[in-house]
Amino acid sequence: MKLEDLRKIREKVKEEMRLREGKARVKIVIGMGTSGIAAGARETLKTFLEEIEKRNLKDVIITQTGERGLASKEPVVVIEETDKPKIIYGDVTPEVAKRIIVEHIINGIPVSEYVISTEK
Amino acid sequence: MDELSLHIIDIVHNSVSAGAKNIEVIIIENDKKDIISFEVIDDGKGMDEEILKKVTDPFFTTRDKKVGLGIPLLKQLAESTGGSFEIKSKLGEGTSLKVILPKSNPDIPPLGNLNDTILNLLFIEDSNIKIIYKKNNVEKVIDSKKIKEILGEVPLSNPDVIKFLKKYINSEFNLKEVNNET
Repeated sequence: MKLEDLRKIREKVKEEMRLREGKARVKIVIGMGTSGIAAGARETLKTFLEEIEKRNLKDVIITQTGERGLASKEPVVVIEETDKPKIIYGDVTPEVAKRIIVEHIINGIPVSEYVISTEK
Repeated sequence: MDELSLHIIDIVHNSVSAGAKNIEVIIIENDKKDIISFEVIDDGKGMDEEILKKVTDPFFTTRDKKVGLGIPLLKQLAESTGGSFEIKSKLGEGTSLKVILPKSNPDIPPLGNLNDTILNLLFIEDSNIKIIYKKNNVEKVIDSKKIKEILGEVPLSNPDVIKFLKKYINSEFNLKEVNNET
């Protein structure tokens, strides 16, 4: 397997992006500070990636940030959607990450028991 | 933390917070010398001597919300197991942190899941991360800058890209193959 094979994927994805005007609908931000990492944020991030891959979600992007000062609620994840308030989730284990993908990102209903706060 | 890989992610995120655009991670395992080491070198804003002295103190931080335990924990691990810990920094130029540990010491956590760690580090979008892994005589390198150059405006989190990266990392960092070559 060669890194150059990625060029073919780029061409395919660029065409798909052109057809849907290239905009991401959802941004998932995962807290990767010391306490987040110790609480399992690496596995949380991996689960989000796997779910995006498995469910072929093309309008979701993933990014990382540092500590948010919510150590007791780590791993902490923020979901940002166009024209909607940001939703901050706590205790996002891989199982919760799967629920967020299905219930919130696909079906539009936040997983209320894990919501810490919302921000405009 | 129960894996050295998690310490590596933590230190890399310190570099990202320090505004580093280029970060190099060098991981070395040498069974004959009985060492496992890692080094994180960045071109972030660096620290002056005063902050550098304090950075290994528990609860010291240069950032508002961060509980600064990552580096002190790592230093303590190195010192309590007969390893070494070194941090160098120059204001405006960057920081390097190097830890060498006795691999067979039972108090040293395993390197852990390197492939998941690499996948994680590649998804740090604001910095270029070059990971060099050397085990005995084998060297593997992965560079997020090259990946981003190829992808252009295509996001890393596209499903097809994620699928490719997982396969690519697994083929490049096939530890079974690395172990057979030694």
